[in-house]
Amino acid sequence: MESRFRVLFLIVAMISLSGCAATKNLFGFGNEEAPPPAAEEPGQVIDPEVARREIKEPAIDREDFEVGAYAGIMSIEDFGSNVSYGLRIAYHITEGFFMEASVGQTDGGLTSFEVLSGGARLITDSERTLTYYNLNVGYNILPGEVFFGEGRAYNTNLYLIAGLGSTTFAGDDRFTVNLGAGYRFLLTDSVALHLDFRDHLFDIDVLGEEKTAHNLEGHLGVTVFF
Amino acid sequence: MSEPSTTIIPSTLQQIKALVATCLCAVALQSFLPVPAQAEDELRSVVVADPYLEMRTGPGRGYPIFHVVDRGESVQIVMQRTNWYLVRSERGKEGWVERAQMEKTLQPDGQQVSFAAANIEDFTNARWETGVLAGDFGGANIVSLYGSYSLNPNVAVEFWGSQILGNFSNGWMASFNVVHEAFPEWRVSPFFTLGAGAIYTKPKSTIIEGDDRTDQIGHVGAGFRVYAARRFLLRAEYKSYVVFTSRDENEEVEEWKVGFAFFF
Repeated sequence: MESRFRVLFLIVAMISLSGCAATKNLFGFGNEEAPPPAAEEPGQVIDPEVARREIKEPAIDREDFEVGAYAGIMSIEDFGSNVSYGLRIAYHITEGFFMEASVGQTDGGLTSFEVLSGGARLITDSERTLTYYNLNVGYNILPGEVFFGEGRAYNTNLYLIAGLGSTTFAGDDRFTVNLGAGYRFLLTDSVALHLDFRDHLFDIDVLGEEKTAHNLEGHLGVTVFF
Repeated sequence: MSEPSTTIIPSTLQQIKALVATCLCAVALQSFLPVPAQAEDELRSVVVADPYLEMRTGPGRGYPIFHVVDRGESVQIVMQRTNWYLVRSERGKEGWVERAQMEKTLQPDGQQVSFAAANIEDFTNARWETGVLAGDFGGANIVSLYGSYSLNPNVAVEFWGSQILGNFSNGWMASFNVVHEAFPEWRVSPFFTLGAGAIYTKPKSTIIEGDDRTDQIGHVGAGFRVYAARRFLLRAEYKSYVVFTSRDENEEVEEWKVGFAFFF
């Protein structure tokens, strides 16, 4: 009897334990239920044979540079106003910020002293040519859109700009700070018109005492993005 | 054991030969046949995968959305400016789309497209960098422009051009540096620099009598590059110069500069 109970107990124990994977394999139960190796069912598994292609950035025409020329009027403190002209190149880093480098030139006239005194000259004629370069940072503070009639819209930007550079005038290179504002009017997505106002500040002592001169410039320009 | 290897080698060689021949044929074919324009177009056109793609009238966050391209339609990429893409829809509408939205488009064959934005990893790994710094050079103002090329994330070579504008003299300086960054992956990355160049000095004739002169210079320095955002970084540095003059004593000049730069 005991041995029969023992056999019965063992059978019950075996069946109840057949849920355990180890028992299944040990006693040959549940082979049909056991999950087959992954390779046999490719539909459920990501196929490792497919290489993941890293797609590079498409070959897109990047137009972050802007190059152009301008002409306008520049007033040199004490030396009158004259036509000025120059070249500029800008790089747009973000939709807001851009870096700009420009070079320009104008001519100084006679000071009041030189006019009233008759023949006396403070500086030579060649020293009256003013050339400058500057390296600036600009920020498009008021981007916008303007409308011409009913069917045409143009993008615009009002920007603030400031930077450092050097001015050659009256026989000396002068450390120059410039600041101003400008208006960019985009005729197309790649061509723009500019209206700029700048103040070029440098120290000058030609008229006796050293002072910081404010030299205002206003100019109109055309630029092309590339 | 050696026998199977002797049989394998010729077969491998043959495979390689076949592969090389195939490659050569492909190259020859490509050089004869005109590059299909379609491939070019495919690279520049993407399919909208998000519910919609918003087209704005200008390349900026504030410009109004005037047109929406639905999922499944394709758009042609005309050009890119900063983080904005000018795209043309199938219906011929042109508008500006933000990078974040372009990232959710797919290639015509369903592959993902990468519109990588500059991030701090590029700050560490970008090859080219250019910037503007200004500061004090032994009591004079200095304005500098530099260009840098990274040989690896730690070492870069730089070329500097500076104008010095002082009370007693003006001048120009050009120098060539090697820069070493010990921790290029840090947001604030310290560097050490060593370089040599030449300085041209022109004394102001109204104050000091003297001749224009050109001298050789050598310098050591240290500073920080600080990642600001996108392609921007700020840079501050100190350099100690030795000017090898033709006089009895060499001149020593200290320089402090700060400025900004961008990498690409």
